[in-house]
Amino acid sequence: MSPLFLFLSFLALLSALGVVIAKNPVHSVLFLILTFFALSGHYLILNAQFLAAVNIIVYAGAIMVLFLFVIMFLNLNADTEPKKPILAQIAAVIAGGSLLLVLVAALRNVEPVGYNAATFDSQIGMVDRLGLVLYDQYLLPFELASILFLAAMVGAVMLGKRETGERNF
Amino acid sequence: MDQTIPEVIRTVPLQYYVFFATALFAIGVTGVLIRRNAIIIFMCVELMLNAVNILLTAFSAYRADANGQVFVFFIMAVAAAEVSVGLGIIVMIYRNFQTTDVNLLSRLKF
Repeated sequence: MSPLFLFLSFLALLSALGVVIAKNPVHSVLFLILTFFALSGHYLILNAQFLAAVNIIVYAGAIMVLFLFVIMFLNLNADTEPKKPILAQIAAVIAGGSLLLVLVAALRNVEPVGYNAATFDSQIGMVDRLGLVLYDQYLLPFELASILFLAAMVGAVMLGKRETGERNF
Repeated sequence: MDQTIPEVIRTVPLQYYVFFATALFAIGVTGVLIRRNAIIIFMCVELMLNAVNILLTAFSAYRADANGQVFVFFIMAVAAAEVSVGLGIIVMIYRNFQTTDVNLLSRLKF
C-alpha cells in the first residue's frame, strides 16, 4: 500500500468533510481548495500530469476564485448562514450514509481488472499524447465545447445584467 | 521513453480508488442534503463531479487508455461553464431576495 495514496485520500476526504461541516462559507471554499489540491496529488501519482495541471488551473484557480469572489461580494459569513433544523440534518446524514453503505455493499465484491504489465503505457497522461487524442479523435466535441462556453458566457452576462425597474442592493 | 509502472498502480488495487471515489461522492450528496446555502450546495455538487473525475482518471491510468482522461478534461470544461452560469443565477437570486437560502425558493415546487 502506498503511503502517499493513503495520505492524499485521507486529506481529500477530511477536507471534503470540512466543506460540509464548516459554518463560515469562506472556510468551506478554502477546504474545497484543499480537496482539489489533494486530488491533483492523486492525478500526479497516477501519472496524469496534464489533468493535475488543469485541475489546479481550472478548479483551484478559476472556479474557486469565482466562488470566493461571489461569497465575499454577497458578504456571507457564519452569522448569515441559514441552518436546517437538527432533525433534518440527522436525516440528511442518515440518507447520505445509507447511500455510501449501499454503494460500498454493491461494489464490495467487484474486482476491476487492474493493470496489464504487457500493454501498460505510463505516458498516456502527458500533454503531447493527450493532445494527439484530443485533436484527432475528439476534435468535434472539442469545438462543441467552445460553443458551450460561448452560450455560458452570453447566459452569464444576461443574468448579471440589471433590468430596468428592478430593485437593486 | 520511461515505461516503469508507477508505484501506486503497482501497489494499490483499483478497487481502493472505487471506494475512495464512492466516499467522496457520498460526502457530496450529504452536503447537498444538509446545507441550505445555495453556494455551499453548489460546492458540494463540484465535490461529486470531482469524485467522478478521480475514478475516471484512475481507470484510465490503470488500463493505459487515454480516452478516460480526455473525458475528464471535457467534464472540467463543462463544470467551468456550469459554475459561471450557476453563480450568475445565485447572484440574481440574492439581488431579489437578499439571501441565498434555498428554502425561500421552494415556491417553485408548486
